[in-house]
Amino acid sequence: MKLLELKNVTKQFGGLTAVGNVSFEVEKDSIFGLIGPNGAGKTTIFNLITGIYKVTEGEILFEGIETNSMEPYRVAELGITRTFQNIRLFKKLTTYDNILTACHYNARYGLMDAILRNKRFKAEEKGLLDQAEQLMGIMGLEDRRNVVAGNLPYGLQRRLEIARALALNPKLLLLDEPAAGMNPDETARLMALIKEIRDSFKLTVLVIEHHMDLIMGVCERIVVLNFGKKLAEGTAIEVQANPKVIEAYLGEEEVVVC
Amino acid sequence: MDWFYVKGILILSGINLMAVLGLSLLTGFTGLFSFGHAGFMAIGAYVTAMGTMKLGLPFIPALLLGAAGAAVVSFFIGRLTLNLKGDYFCIATLGFGEAIRLILDNVQYFGGARGWPGLPVVTNLTTVVIVDVIGVVILANIIRSRHGRNFKAIREEEMASQTIGINVFRYKMAALMISAAYAGVAGGMLAHLLGFIQPKMFQFIKSTELTITVIFGGLGSISGSVIGALVLTSLPELLRTFASWRLVVYGAAVVFIMISRPQGLMGGTEITFTNIKKLFSRFFRASGEKAGGGGR
Repeated sequence: MKLLELKNVTKQFGGLTAVGNVSFEVEKDSIFGLIGPNGAGKTTIFNLITGIYKVTEGEILFEGIETNSMEPYRVAELGITRTFQNIRLFKKLTTYDNILTACHYNARYGLMDAILRNKRFKAEEKGLLDQAEQLMGIMGLEDRRNVVAGNLPYGLQRRLEIARALALNPKLLLLDEPAAGMNPDETARLMALIKEIRDSFKLTVLVIEHHMDLIMGVCERIVVLNFGKKLAEGTAIEVQANPKVIEAYLGEEEVVVC
Repeated sequence: MDWFYVKGILILSGINLMAVLGLSLLTGFTGLFSFGHAGFMAIGAYVTAMGTMKLGLPFIPALLLGAAGAAVVSFFIGRLTLNLKGDYFCIATLGFGEAIRLILDNVQYFGGARGWPGLPVVTNLTTVVIVDVIGVVILANIIRSRHGRNFKAIREEEMASQTIGINVFRYKMAALMISAAYAGVAGGMLAHLLGFIQPKMFQFIKSTELTITVIFGGLGSISGSVIGALVLTSLPELLRTFASWRLVVYGAAVVFIMISRPQGLMGGTEITFTNIKKLFSRFFRASGEKAGGGGR
């Protein structure tokens, strides 16, 4: 069953085509990779899916619902959340508050309930605190509970960003270069974490990455982009063998004339 | 100093505090700077005065009417300007504040630039204190809820807030309307303290004063706003001995605080029972260690 579908999606900034006529489908419960050289339009596709940019042409369907014209917060309500390439945490809030803030979505009490501190407020607020606590545990951030997010080590900031995204109980999680700046050891742990999250939260993951070992290790299907166009699609092995992909990454093979 | 004089200063501080509290939500917690809140005070003052003078309402209902009036105007201002980013929003509010003053200057129904005399003088210390306490409690309850956390999230990182499902525009609008209502109440109380209002009282400098107070107290701190309003309203009075130099000294004091404590007096923390307890225990532990160290 397909969860997310891009149909001939094009995004132009003035005369520049950042994404041109890209189509692919993401299966439910899969881990899907999006790779390509710098400037290939990967992050632009994330911004289109999450509603930060509006699609110039084409359609994006999530569970059959067209999300093209939706505001980012509506897209989040549908169940799509993301992390950012250049980490965007609430830097001056603590680790715990970062997660707790994102949990807001699971309470529905209004401003009046908050002012009056009524039963509904107390019950729902308690639910939020429990949920935040649970997420802290799952993501292994308990010992950094009261650390201001901006002061966390880089790897943990990435981890916290994932935790914050998970707080919404999403159906689709978009990870934008989660392993950027990590050493091989940390990358390996991240791979395990991504798989674990997928299984325990029963969600679908779409990941952009430059670390080939991560992509090849966890992704069940991969789309390769170059200059805003789809170059290839397939399993890790298929993509690796594709001459077009090799050309895009390593340049054309020199023909040696003897 | 006799009690009458001190009381006067306290009432004025309390009135300023009300406007500062609202602005604290907008600037300190949501991260939107405004230089036009005197405009909302003016609307509150004139609408409340209209309530008591023309509609014959008692003071408190008139005050609520003033708050509602300011909130309604802020709604339309917000629709037009809240999509503007950072500095541009700030400039738009500046223009709005001045526009309100100039409009009131020219509306003869309210007395125009000559002002509107003869309002009932009904604001007293008790009303101001009660209104302030209600104001603080409402604000504190909002801040300590998911809504308060969402305001802070928007201040910290707008794009990330959207991707965790926060309707940023709606929250900004809520912050603006609540802050306008607070400013409206402050304006209404001021009008019925002096018994006279004039557009000139709500100049740009008044807006600046409110924003300075919020920053002085510490962005993102209700206790900071309270202390800031009390200190900065009474400071010019305490400096009377400096005669014509007092505003220079006032300015110097603000500059000094901002240099030595750029995060403001409270720097985003609150005075609560738990925080005081924590501070005490830390203090006693530190002094205990020192004593132990000396013994060795």
